[in-house]
Amino acid sequence: MANIMVRKDAAGAYSFYLPKRDLEDAIVKMEFDSAEKWGGEIRLNNGGAYYIEPQAAPARFPISLRAKRLDAAE
Amino acid sequence: MSALTREETEALIQEVLEVYPEKAKKDRAKHLAVNDQTVEQSKKCITSNRKSLPGVMTIRGCAYAGSKGVVWGPIKDMIHISHGPVGCGQYSRAGRRNYYVGVTGVNTFGTMNFTSDFQEKDIVFGGDKKLAKLIGEIETLFPLHKGISVQSECPIGLIGDDIEAVSKKAAKEIEKPIVPVRCEGFRGVSQSLGHHIANDAVRDWVLDKRDGANFESTPYDVSIIGDYNIGGDAWASRILLEEMGLRVVAQWSGDGTIAEMELTPKVKLNLLHCYRSMNYISRHMEEKYGIPWLEYNFFGPTKIAESLRAIAAHFDDKIKEGAEKVIAKYQPMMQAVIDKYKPRLQGKTVMLYVGGLRPRHVIGAYEDLGMEVIGTGYEFAHGDDYDRTIKEMGNATLLYDDVTGFELEEFVRRMKPDLVGSGIKEKYVFQKMGIPLRQMHSWDYSGPYHGYDGFAIFARDMDMAISNPCWSKQTPPWQKQPETEELKKAA
Repeated sequence: MANIMVRKDAAGAYSFYLPKRDLEDAIVKMEFDSAEKWGGEIRLNNGGAYYIEPQAAPARFPISLRAKRLDAAE
Repeated sequence: MSALTREETEALIQEVLEVYPEKAKKDRAKHLAVNDQTVEQSKKCITSNRKSLPGVMTIRGCAYAGSKGVVWGPIKDMIHISHGPVGCGQYSRAGRRNYYVGVTGVNTFGTMNFTSDFQEKDIVFGGDKKLAKLIGEIETLFPLHKGISVQSECPIGLIGDDIEAVSKKAAKEIEKPIVPVRCEGFRGVSQSLGHHIANDAVRDWVLDKRDGANFESTPYDVSIIGDYNIGGDAWASRILLEEMGLRVVAQWSGDGTIAEMELTPKVKLNLLHCYRSMNYISRHMEEKYGIPWLEYNFFGPTKIAESLRAIAAHFDDKIKEGAEKVIAKYQPMMQAVIDKYKPRLQGKTVMLYVGGLRPRHVIGAYEDLGMEVIGTGYEFAHGDDYDRTIKEMGNATLLYDDVTGFELEEFVRRMKPDLVGSGIKEKYVFQKMGIPLRQMHSWDYSGPYHGYDGFAIFARDMDMAISNPCWSKQTPPWQKQPETEELKKAA
């Protein structure tokens, strides 16, 4: 499990930040993205994949979350 | 000249790598790259933030340097204890020229060195008692200080002292904040982790102390984050922001105070100059307090105008007008500077090797003077810095991460830039090679370089370095080829 931060950039797209590794990247795909169900498997621009426990969409961004690493790039 | 093509630059990297043993060569090859603007992600072409190879000469610092020297040190009304042996504090004392206003030793302590001066018995029996005693002494001798930070040196982590407990207890006694910072030098691969640890200490021990307190805010409150006021940089930046109608609440951390830091969560926008050392706290404030942050660049008139407009875009029309007015006011002055120096500097090439934000931020300033940056690199950057750098640099230019002494010397020897911008350790190596060098860590005892005022000084300094007549006196007279005229005369 890793602590991550999800924020919305100026254009409204999600971006992913992993403080421990200083990894900042765009989220290209998010499994669930609706008001009541949000999260699931997310895929990063660099090819990495993480899993966020599906939950109600956060009221505001950025938000710190716990995420499971499914497939890290590198 | 930068007439090197992509192939030539690649060949140069291969040639330089030739001297290394197989394993080292493989490792170093990942840190050297030819810039390709089409690459979206830097990690496809360059690896960064990795442990330096044993046996090569690196220019990196340690976590303590990142915390005490960079982030905490410039906070002027706090006393920063270098907790551990005396050397770390003394050799890093006041070298960075973080200017401040105040009476040193009375209400400001920026250039002083406070240390617990560990001896053998402190290592054996622990230094907690000594720290508590030291804090008491500070309180007696310097009653006007506003707080203390305990900057750990390596032994503190090794012997397992509980500086947090001492700090909490003493803070209650003296009724001032005492911040323990776990920035032992051995942590991480470079000073970069020290920045992160320092940011986390600010987050945990300082930032939320005035939450809910009464503060008369205006819609135009901003803070300058990551400007260390080297040679007066933050002042040169601050006047521009104030001139366009903004109110600068806090300066982090050059000429800054702990009160300013505590008030930062009340601002409307965080202006982030040094991304590498302070993005952590900006991200935290964005999440916790909903304060957006914006990276800006105050090197050179082109980038300043761009940045002022980007900053103004976050505010109403009054500020936008203000920004245009500021740009219009300084443009003629800047044009005069460019008119004066550009003809002398046009077409000159520069190679940079610094830390933090400068390897990418100053590119615009050099371009304003008609100069070209043909190689750049960071001591301790991470992937996100190179992501930003790739876009700023020209195609087929050279990128080097945590470059070794040997590599940098070889690159400079082969690429023959007209100027090198690097640190004091490299200065005399290159000057003896006959290449002018400006020390770009603390502006070579000059400055400020930020802002419009800074650009005038920047241009003058670069001209002074390059056009110095000493560079034409490299060959001693007895080795000079006699001119034909004189030969005739002699004959």
